[in-house]
Amino acid sequence: MDKIKCAIIGPGNIGTDLLYKLLRSEVLEPVWMVGIEAGSEGLARAKELGLKTTAEGVDGLVPHAIEDGVSIAFDATSAYVHAENSRKLNELGILMIDLTPAALGPLCVPPVNLKDLAGRKAMNVNMVTCAGQATIPMVAAISKVQSVDYAEIIATVASKSIGAGTRKNIDEFTRTTSAAVSKVGGAAEGKAIVVVNPAEPPLMMRDTVYCETVDQPDQEAITASVHEMVSAVQQYVPGYQLKNGPIFEGRKVSIFLEVQGLGDFLPKYAGNLDIMTAAAARTAEMFAQDILDGRLELSPLKENA
Amino acid sequence: MMTLEEQVRGKKLKLHDMCLRDGMHSMRHQITLDQMVDIASGLDDAGVPLIQVTHGDGLGGSSLNYGRGLHSDSEYISAVAKVVKKATISVLHVPGIGTLDELRMAADCGAGCVHVASHCTEADVTEQHIGLGRELGLDTVGFLMMAHMTPPEHLVEQALLMEGYGATTIYCVDSAGYMLPDEVTDRIISLRKALQDETEIGFHAHHNLGMGVANSLAAVAAGADRIDGSAAGLGAGAGNTPLELMAAVGERLGIETGVDLFKLMDVAEDRVLPIMPEPPRADRDSITLGFAGVYSTFLYQAKEAESKYALSARDILMELARKKMIGGQEDMIEDTALTMAKERDLA
Repeated sequence: MDKIKCAIIGPGNIGTDLLYKLLRSEVLEPVWMVGIEAGSEGLARAKELGLKTTAEGVDGLVPHAIEDGVSIAFDATSAYVHAENSRKLNELGILMIDLTPAALGPLCVPPVNLKDLAGRKAMNVNMVTCAGQATIPMVAAISKVQSVDYAEIIATVASKSIGAGTRKNIDEFTRTTSAAVSKVGGAAEGKAIVVVNPAEPPLMMRDTVYCETVDQPDQEAITASVHEMVSAVQQYVPGYQLKNGPIFEGRKVSIFLEVQGLGDFLPKYAGNLDIMTAAAARTAEMFAQDILDGRLELSPLKENA
Repeated sequence: MMTLEEQVRGKKLKLHDMCLRDGMHSMRHQITLDQMVDIASGLDDAGVPLIQVTHGDGLGGSSLNYGRGLHSDSEYISAVAKVVKKATISVLHVPGIGTLDELRMAADCGAGCVHVASHCTEADVTEQHIGLGRELGLDTVGFLMMAHMTPPEHLVEQALLMEGYGATTIYCVDSAGYMLPDEVTDRIISLRKALQDETEIGFHAHHNLGMGVANSLAAVAAGADRIDGSAAGLGAGAGNTPLELMAAVGERLGIETGVDLFKLMDVAEDRVLPIMPEPPRADRDSITLGFAGVYSTFLYQAKEAESKYALSARDILMELARKKMIGGQEDMIEDTALTMAKERDLA
């Protein structure tokens, strides 16, 4: 069967890890890697793996995208350049999966709302942030059982696993995550806290989720829903683990998670990057399947909405 | 060799009071507006030039993780701004916890100075926040926390990043109260050598090993221009350097602080001491913070976990030190206690 052809923009840690995941996909085929530095290791690696590469950014891809049949592009650059990248590729009818915190398109956390995105004809889908991917499934697992007044997440990532782009734009990271905790997680109000820990050897990504339910939490139903959601995430991130909880104290529900990466390209401690690339790959696979089955037809977008 | 007095006599020093921010930890963020106004106006009248007013964990710190504030930061800052005549109100801002909007809010409410804080190795998360601090015309300070965890040469690299982003003062922050005077001296001298002449240097101590005043003096001797302390020592762990003690010692040594010592002593005694449930003391858990190098605010939740899970707070703190947990990771206290309790119950 034909696979849907993809381009990756940003040959850094995330882009490269994503490339390894796409190479294993049954429905996606990575064909282009786009960078901005000719000497970049990521571009060289992609070339070795058989991809076409350009160091001229998205403008280097645009003239070839159609003839090479690219239907889906992943943006692993930064929130600031994403809008332009997206506009240029959407004009060619290429669907954009956004791994930056730009949050232009609908937010996607696969086990929570991927199915809702089918048929919406969005040409840009945003993967929130790694902290969002790790914690929002838990907020949703609780809000599904009982209304959540307030949800708060604390994500701790290893210093070595977080790139210059995220550091420079930590405010967007925090805000996009907070907004998605409520919007996608289903809490009336959301708050996100991010901590970068430099310990050596690097620590696994840790995530804590606190939710306050409107009334006394239904402990049994919430516990069951949380365990079910953990299994759903484990289907694409096998190292997603409930370390402690859920524990209950008044209206507060506390959940303590650890995310170990698959170790595709990045070390296992970088569960934060793994969950991001795995979620992006899973999202693209759903759209790819829809295209292959004739349920989805991509068309050029003239004015970026 | 020069005596300590010869090194510090005649130096000008800015004292910065922390009791309405770091002290918020000890008060579990429940200081009332009346108490804030009363203490801040007293400090102002005593000539303390800088008074920090924020949730203990900085702007946006009010949360389940760190504890909710009795009032919002905007209510606290606005209330204090109304009564303070000479002093500058400062705020703490930790990227990853507070957002840029919250910093704009603080400036609107009357803050004139911001401590933009990061862990001592992660200064590159502060670029946006230091930039905004400058844009808003604030006295913008780079605040390198848990500075004992990195050697002086690395601390200098981080300080240079912050200076490059626009910070005009750089702090060496002993968040764990771990440092001894030589460690302070090394760091301050290294910073003084590397940073531009016009960049000021600050030192922030915790009194967990009883070294607050001694370390602060070492910092002044090594070239520090600003010293943080708290009236009556009200701050996390065994508290900060008691500001009135620092002022008294400074006066004996001929350091020029511009503060009215007796007035400051009276604020500590008559206004701050009465609001404390208990005066800060280097009890066994606070000593553990300083001894093992643990973030001072972990004290309170470790004590809570002690009673909740029948564990020793000291054991929990030692485990957090072993796991190299840093400021902001309060969630890991209960997680660690739960894991320790599980292991105990299996044994």
